[in-house]
This record gives sequence, structure tokens and C-alpha cells, in this order.
Amino acid sequence: MADTLAPGCDEVQFRFRNDEQVSDPAVTVDAFLGQTNAAAVRVEPGDDVRLLLDHLERVRLVEVNFPSFGDGRGYSSARLLREAGYDGELRAVGDVLVDQLSHMRRCGFDSFAPDRPMDPADAQAAFGRWPHVYQEAADATQPIWTLRHERDGNG
Amino acid sequence: MKILTGNDLKTGAVVWWDGQTWSLHVDHAVDVGDEAEPILGREEAARRVNASYAIDAERDAQGKVRPAHIKDRIRALGPTVRPDLTLKPADPEAGNWVI
Amino acid sequence: MYRYDQYDQAMVETRVAEFRDQTRRRLEGKLSEDQFKPLRLQNGLYLQLHAYMLRVAVPYGTLSSAQMHMLADIADKYDRGYGHFTTRQNIQYNWIRLEDAPDILADLAKVEMHAIQTSGNCIRNISSDQFAGASAGELVDPRPYAELLRQWSSFHPEFLALPRKFKIAVIASETDRAAMRLHDIGIRIVENPSADGAGEIGAAFYVGGGMGRTPMIGPLIRDFVPLDQLITYAEACLRVYNRYGRRDNKFKARIKILVHELGAEEYKRQVEGEFVHLLEQGVEPPIAELERIKAFFADPPFDPDAGDELDLSDPDFKLWVERNTHPHKQKGYISATISLKPVGGIPGDASAEQMHLMADLAREHSFDECRVTHAQNIVLPHVKKDELYGLWQKLEEAGLGTANLDQVGDIIACPGLDYCSLANARSIPLAQKISQRFAENGKGDALGELKLKISGCINACGHHHAGHIGILGVDRKGTENYQLLLGGSEAEDTSLGKITGPGFDEDGVVDAVETTADVYLRERKDGERFLDTYRRIGMEPFKEALYG
Repeated sequence: MADTLAPGCDEVQFRFRNDEQVSDPAVTVDAFLGQTNAAAVRVEPGDDVRLLLDHLERVRLVEVNFPSFGDGRGYSSARLLREAGYDGELRAVGDVLVDQLSHMRRCGFDSFAPDRPMDPADAQAAFGRWPHVYQEAADATQPIWTLRHERDGNG
Repeated sequence: MKILTGNDLKTGAVVWWDGQTWSLHVDHAVDVGDEAEPILGREEAARRVNASYAIDAERDAQGKVRPAHIKDRIRALGPTVRPDLTLKPADPEAGNWVI
Repeated sequence: MYRYDQYDQAMVETRVAEFRDQTRRRLEGKLSEDQFKPLRLQNGLYLQLHAYMLRVAVPYGTLSSAQMHMLADIADKYDRGYGHFTTRQNIQYNWIRLEDAPDILADLAKVEMHAIQTSGNCIRNISSDQFAGASAGELVDPRPYAELLRQWSSFHPEFLALPRKFKIAVIASETDRAAMRLHDIGIRIVENPSADGAGEIGAAFYVGGGMGRTPMIGPLIRDFVPLDQLITYAEACLRVYNRYGRRDNKFKARIKILVHELGAEEYKRQVEGEFVHLLEQGVEPPIAELERIKAFFADPPFDPDAGDELDLSDPDFKLWVERNTHPHKQKGYISATISLKPVGGIPGDASAEQMHLMADLAREHSFDECRVTHAQNIVLPHVKKDELYGLWQKLEEAGLGTANLDQVGDIIACPGLDYCSLANARSIPLAQKISQRFAENGKGDALGELKLKISGCINACGHHHAGHIGILGVDRKGTENYQLLLGGSEAEDTSLGKITGPGFDEDGVVDAVETTADVYLRERKDGERFLDTYRRIGMEPFKEALYG
């Protein structure tokens, strides 16, 4: 099984970063852990993303694969990386659809490479859909309860 | 015989392939033989039907089309417990056809 | 009850706009049915046996009269003049058109209602005790916690593509009126059991209950979570499920399978690990938010001088009071259950006219509030005893006065093959026949409490595993067949029913239920309910009577 993936098989259609797009081919988690020079890794739904936590300083791109849009493990993987302090590029790849975009953003994804390009107008509407959110997630949006109350120390 | 059924995309109504279009009435259903897949593929792609599939049916002694499975007979007529909401509210025998 | 602020209102309105856009894209062909299906499901819209079916959320079963009026209006305007109240305290409409669905959601939003996440692989409606805020037996009203969980779970970005559906129930009393142990997460609000935490209120978490193909009673995972960590703990439970719940087999994808396969101890260990991590992430709303929500659930302005006597000289009224009312914590008040199970009727169905009447009665007699129960009835929680007789007369006139709560005629039945494409057998005609049989044979009254539940398929939406008598419809070589189960309980003495033996056809199972009842009547000792007698004498005497 190849441990690198063909570059360019998923075109990045949306990106919310100002730095240069990482073009390194992403290796599997196993391969990444076994070598010291890879800076891009692809996480599959069954991978434990916490295995990467000790190595985050050398990761510049994490691709999280959604082989099927209904498999939501990638949302947890993304959030866990952001919670661990990962601030590199976090890219959703695979069966990424318009109606998942806002949720993916909230889980910390900042670039999107769907295997089928989406209508940019539909995508833009989706990204901008929700002015408010109910809960804390990996993005910077303040949950509604902060608008209702002053943020307290929250033990 | 093999007949085709599904739901209208916009209204959800149960429909039956009558050879040209999708009818509300199971008695209009035609035997599609081996042609189910290409017909369904074409009709779904054009969004003229939704959630469609092929089922077995037979013509009874009166020439009426009777789906093999009770579920599709209930789909064809309506809920047995609300005759007033079925396609044949005035027919007291309609429920017997289902069972 | 909870009232939306500008943010809540904005959320439901945004959801309507989103769904309107998704529907447009489906009708234009930009979305395939496979892509659209999970989106419409998360707005409660199924493609069902006869048409689209819409499941509207009734959060923890609580409705204002304005909301009940709107549910009636929707039945008239968009459906066929009636609705069906479900075993999760929601309401369903069976004849919906996709092209109308966005407008229906827009109408619901006008009265602070929605159909958000009432289906799909996400967190569903949070259910609760139908006597919450009225019953004397509760520690606190559980509904503020249910509302906190509702907001947390709505559009939670990490948990919208779970392995399977996720159902949460919240109670706050020893008595379990919400089948709490049979939920994916069951929460009981409790006092801190440890010696040095006396008086502190928190939550006990039971995780991994459920019915369906493999019914399981949820084990206790954590006996006390402080209130200011409730959401964090729930999040930890969900995250472990999202990451490790099975996705290879739809019938093994609920959290009960994960908890069962890992073992409760290992599942708990993983949750506790995630919990420690999440405590550092600041996901918990401040206590001020819980306090803000609680304020909406303060007691209504009870009349402290309300008379506490009831004139029970009318024997029909007396029977209804004995069966269909529940003691209230406030002197002079009582909770009343409106039966949606008239003899020979369709369990849980109400016409638009009946819904309008119940809404008016809620406004006039119950501080504008009513409840949907998971047994598919409606409760008026806060009725003045002085007004109870007049209320009952109005119910009687409208066919809503059947005095059968928790009796054999108070049948829980799923819609079954008459309405549901998942079903193997019809359940409603069976419920009608059983209810008629026991009205005719006169044994209904003698039987006392007997909870009979019917499911038309193994998905168990009728909760048949939890019936004192349960019936499961199966497909036996193309014909409808029915298995009989005995000894289930959804209450705090939770148990799962056992199959008696070979199945019966429809008339056969009606006879079998009567035979079963006869065994009970013959064998019972003083004060025993059917369930008690069954638990004492076991299955054998019933088996012998049924199969000879």
C-alpha cells in the first residue's frame, strides 16, 4: 500500500489561511510516525489522531479524509487537533459537501478539497449561514451564552 | 409481472409506472419485464420519480393489479385504519383487497 | 416554560432558510436523494409509506396553548386534519408534501417550534417526565436541564454525523416516567450521594440503554456529575461514541452496542479521560445560563386558597379521577391526563379540532401549558381541583374523557404497517381489536394497571420490550404474525419482556392477550398488578394457558 498519495487528487477549493498552501504529499499516520521529514499527514476515519499530538510541531498540513460524508469521525479528529493547539492547515478532503461546510469550519477545518467541486455560490452561502452558535467548538465564534452573560471564570 | 413504484419527489404521493408516466393508480401499472433498471434510472435522473423500485405483482381475475406484498398494497390504497383517507373512501370492500 | 430570546429565534429562522435552500437544490437536481436524505431527516422529514412524514419536536413534551393551536392549524392547512403523538413526546404528520415543508417550518418558527434533529444520526429530542414541575415526588423540575441539553445538542458541529441516532431522557425523581434507563443517555438529577457533598445537586448518568433489535438497560456510568459540569460530561460521552461507535453495521451502531462490547467499566474509563480533557476546553456554559433557563420554569401563580376537595359523587367522574389524575405538589391543584386512546380508536392520534380544544383547555385550566407523554397521551399539569369537574365534562363531550390511563385500553402502539415503510405488520388494527375486546368482555376494569405496548417491527418504536404485555409484529412468510412478550417495565423497576413462545395471527394474539389476562385474574394475590403476579409466578402458567 502506498504511503504517499498522488498530489493534486483533491483540489483545494476553499482556503481560509493567509500562509502559503502546503503542497507536500500527505502520508498516512503510520508512515508519518515512522519517518522524521514528513510535514503533511492524512488522517483516515479509523485513525487515532492523538497519536500525532507529540509531533505537532513538525506538522504543517493535516488532511482529514471523509470517504463518506455520513462518517463523522473526522469532525472529532479535527477538533481534537485544534484542542491540542495545532495551528497548521487542517484540510477536509473526500466526500465533502456544501451542507457540511459550516460544521467543518466550526470543528477547525480551514481548507477544503472536496472530491467533487462545489458550486461556489452555494458554498459561500453555507459558510456564512449561521450568525450564531449554541456551543463552544474549535472556531472563534462565541457561543450564544456568552452574548447572554458576561463570560465568567468557568472553573 | 414486474411493476415499478415510487414516490413523487415534490408531493410524496405513491405512484406507479404506467408505461409513459407515473400514475396514482396501481391498476394503471404495466409489466416492465426486464426493463426496470433503465426506466428507473432515467426517471430518477429526470426527477420524475423518487425512491423508486420494482416489485412483483399479478393481475387478478378482474384484471386489477395486485402487488405481491401487503406493504405495497397498503401503499396502493392507503392506511387500512382510515378508509376515509384512502384512494377509495367510498368503497367498503377496498380494505379486503389489501389483506 | 422556556421562551425564545432573539438568539433562539434567529437560530430556528436560519434553519428554515437553510432547509428552504436545501429543498430548492434538491428539486433543481443539485442534490441527489442520497445527499438530501440526511439533510431532510435532520429536519424531521421522512419519505414514508404514503407521502412525506414530518416529525415536529416537542422539547421534553412541553407545549403552550399557542403552540398546540399551531399544531392543529398545520394539520388542517398542510395535512389531512390530524396528527399523531409519539412515544418520544413529539408529533407526526403523515401526508406532507416536500414543497410545503419549508413553509411548515416557517410557520412553526413563528411559535418557537421546529423539527430540528427529530431524525437522522444526531442527538434527538430530549424527553422528560410529563409531570415535571407539578409532581410532589421530584427533587427539582428536570426540564431546565433538558433545555440546556437541547441548546447544546442543536447543530452541535461534532455530532451531526454520529454512527446512529441518539436519544436522551432527563428525570429528577426516583419514579421514572420517561423510560430513562432505556435511552442512549438517561440522566437523573440527584443529590450528591457522598457524605461531604450533602445537599449539592447534580446528575447521574446512565449510558447505553435502548430497545430495538437488542434491548438493553443502560448501566450507571457516573453516579454524580456536578451541575456545572453536566454539558462537559455529556460531550465526553458523545465524543467517545462518535469516535468508537460501530459504523460497519447499521444494526450494531447504537451506543448500547459500544458500551456492551467495551464493557461499562472501559466505556466509563474512556469517557472520564475525555472528560478531564474537555474540562480544560471551556465547553460548559456558565451557571448563569442554567439559572436564566430555570427562571422560565418557576411555578405559575398558584392560588394559595384553592379548595382541596373534590366532589366525587358522579361515579363516572370518580373513576376518571382515580385513573387519570395525579397528585400535585400544590394544595388545591391536580394533574390530569387526557386519553388519546378511546375504545377502538387509533392510539395517539388527535384531530385538529381536538388539538384546538386541548389548547383552549390548557389556556383556561392549566396556566397555558400542556404536555405530551411518551405513552401518547396529553397532560394538563396544573388544574385547579375546583375546575376539574367542568374540565372533565368538556373532555367527555369531545371523546377525550376515556378513564383508562395505564389500563389495558391505554395501549402504546407505533403507527405500524398502515403508515410506516419499516414495519412488518400492522399495529393499529390490533390495538383497536384488543381495546374493543376488553371493553366488551368487561375485564378491563378488573385488570388494573396493565401497560400493553405494540410494535409493528423490531425497531420497537412501540416500546414492546418494556410492556407488561408486549406485542411484536413480524413478517412470517409474507403474512403478518405477532409475538407475545410478558414482564417488561419502563419504570424505575426496568425490565425487558420475554417471549412466550410461537407467534399468533392477528385474531390469535387478541385471544392470547385475553388468555394472559385470565391467568393473572386467576392467580393474583391482593394488591398485585399484572406485572407483580408475572414476576412472582413466572412464565410457565402463562405458557401453559397459551399453548396447552
